[in-house]
Amino acid sequence: MLSFEHLSKTYADGTRALSDINLTVHEGEIVALIGGSGCGKTTLLRLIAGLDRESAGRIRLDGEVLSGPHPAVGIVFQEPRLLPWLSVFDNIAFGLDGLSTAEKKARVTHALEKIGLVEHADRWPRDLSGGQQQRVSIARAFVTNPKVLLLDEPFSALDAFTRASLHEHLLGLWEETRPTVVLVTHDVQEAVTLADRAVVMQPKPGRIFDELPLTLARPRDRTGLPFETSVRRVLTALDHSLKAPQQQPQRERDRQAAALWW
Amino acid sequence: MTGPATSQAWSSHEGAAALAAPTSTEKRRVFDWRILLGFFLPVAIALLWEAAVTFGFAEGRLVPPPSRIIAMLWGLAQTGELWTHAWMTLWRVLVGFIIGALSGIVLGALSGSSQTLRQLLDPTLQALRAIPSIAWVPLFILWLGIFEASKVALIAVGVFFPVYLGIAGAILSVDRKLVEVGHVFRLSRIQLARRILLPAVLPEAVIALRSGLGLGFMFVVAAEFMGASEGLGYLLVDGQQMGKPDQILAAIIAFAILGKLADSLLLVATKPLVRWQDTVRERL
Ligand SMILES: Nc1ncnc2c1ncn2[C@@H]1O[C@H](COP(=O)(O)OP(=O)(O)O)[C@@H](O)[C@H]1O
Ligand SMILES: [Mg+2]
Repeated sequence: MLSFEHLSKTYADGTRALSDINLTVHEGEIVALIGGSGCGKTTLLRLIAGLDRESAGRIRLDGEVLSGPHPAVGIVFQEPRLLPWLSVFDNIAFGLDGLSTAEKKARVTHALEKIGLVEHADRWPRDLSGGQQQRVSIARAFVTNPKVLLLDEPFSALDAFTRASLHEHLLGLWEETRPTVVLVTHDVQEAVTLADRAVVMQPKPGRIFDELPLTLARPRDRTGLPFETSVRRVLTALDHSLKAPQQQPQRERDRQAAALWW
Repeated sequence: MTGPATSQAWSSHEGAAALAAPTSTEKRRVFDWRILLGFFLPVAIALLWEAAVTFGFAEGRLVPPPSRIIAMLWGLAQTGELWTHAWMTLWRVLVGFIIGALSGIVLGALSGSSQTLRQLLDPTLQALRAIPSIAWVPLFILWLGIFEASKVALIAVGVFFPVYLGIAGAILSVDRKLVEVGHVFRLSRIQLARRILLPAVLPEAVIALRSGLGLGFMFVVAAEFMGASEGLGYLLVDGQQMGKPDQILAAIIAFAILGKLADSLLLVATKPLVRWQDTVRERL
């Protein structure tokens, strides 16, 4: 279980990127953070990954307070961030330093199969397409079997076809170990395709506006009515978050409105 | 991935790789043509001059025709003098380069990786850099004598600065995003240096070493001007004093060949380290 308690982050220049974030993500849950740019989504992930320090409050993973990078937390950045001097295979194996060669090989090969890049194992990152590079980056995070996986708009730079196929690759990997996932996105369809819950954020200062459960059965049919309905609900919440920037939501009333609406 | 394996893999893959394959052949064709064009001017001038001297339009005493320079080179090679001089020069450059490059790498790495050390070292080194290195010659001769030590010291100073600046600059400009990947996987400082910083700075380090080597050859001439009895630089001075321009030109050609060979050798030796980064190679 991953939880944020009164989490705040103010940058050195005075920017209040996050203010009093309280949220609990259950084990194996996929939570989508949605919001326009500048809501502090990246900041939140960087705090969880231990790349930045919170100004106040704390983050707990199964009771343990996180301070700095944690072996059970993996992150996929917005850019692939592959190491250009390592082959695809070695990039995926980058975080497996303590393991035996055989174990390393087994894990990386399995991950390569999962992302469909077995025949590219020995190539340089520069010889891969953007989508393939991002798949390698996802595999690199997955092979260490993290309990928590953070994804920061990992598909935002890709075209719609590539994105849809990456969603499948991601869910395929997730099915195996069912890590807790925090996924940042600005694509509502993506959130409804992947997540169990959507958390809508608001900027200045970055804070949580609303939470919406997305309880559709998996695998999700993107063309069905329930999917459409969920997308509309999230869009409505996003709309409200933009229209009432300074107002705290009345969640109960909102839900009723949404229920009445359709 | 080596040559044939790469081209095979490239031709068998689709997408970007398939697009890249014809581009690289095209590039190669254009390159060949340019090389030939580059030969045109010097060869034409050499032939014209040769003809002018042969047919009596010019005397060719101060500017000897190519045939006489080649004959001079040939003669020096026959007597073995050429090899003695070339070897002496090469030896000086090598020792000076090793000393200068090693200290440049060490100090550059220190200054690039620690802010405190940079603030301690960099101002002094930058101040020293502002001194034209030849200005050290009298002092080096006083301190180290007129023989090898002072010459090697001068070359080492010449090699040191480009290497120091290149290494420190390369470390400072390593992509923060890649360093963060190291942080996420909780690498220690040493692991971070070995697994991320070192490979990331290699391409620029090679460039720094190459410019260091180039300066090494520049300074060996200066060093051999200040009283040597052997070395290509001595051949230059001797040619001037004896009024033998063909010997001067022969020595200059030997310098060019030696410098190019040393540079190519450095390039080949470091190629496996930066194979992954073809962009840098193309720029060089
Ligand atoms: N290193 C930083 N220093 C100062 N301000 C920052 C820094 N990083 C982000 N910010 C600011 O914090 C706010 C939230 O940024 P970010 O977390 O990147 O938002 P998002 O990912 O939701 O677009 C923005 O106003 C941004 O300008
Ligand atoms: Mg962001």
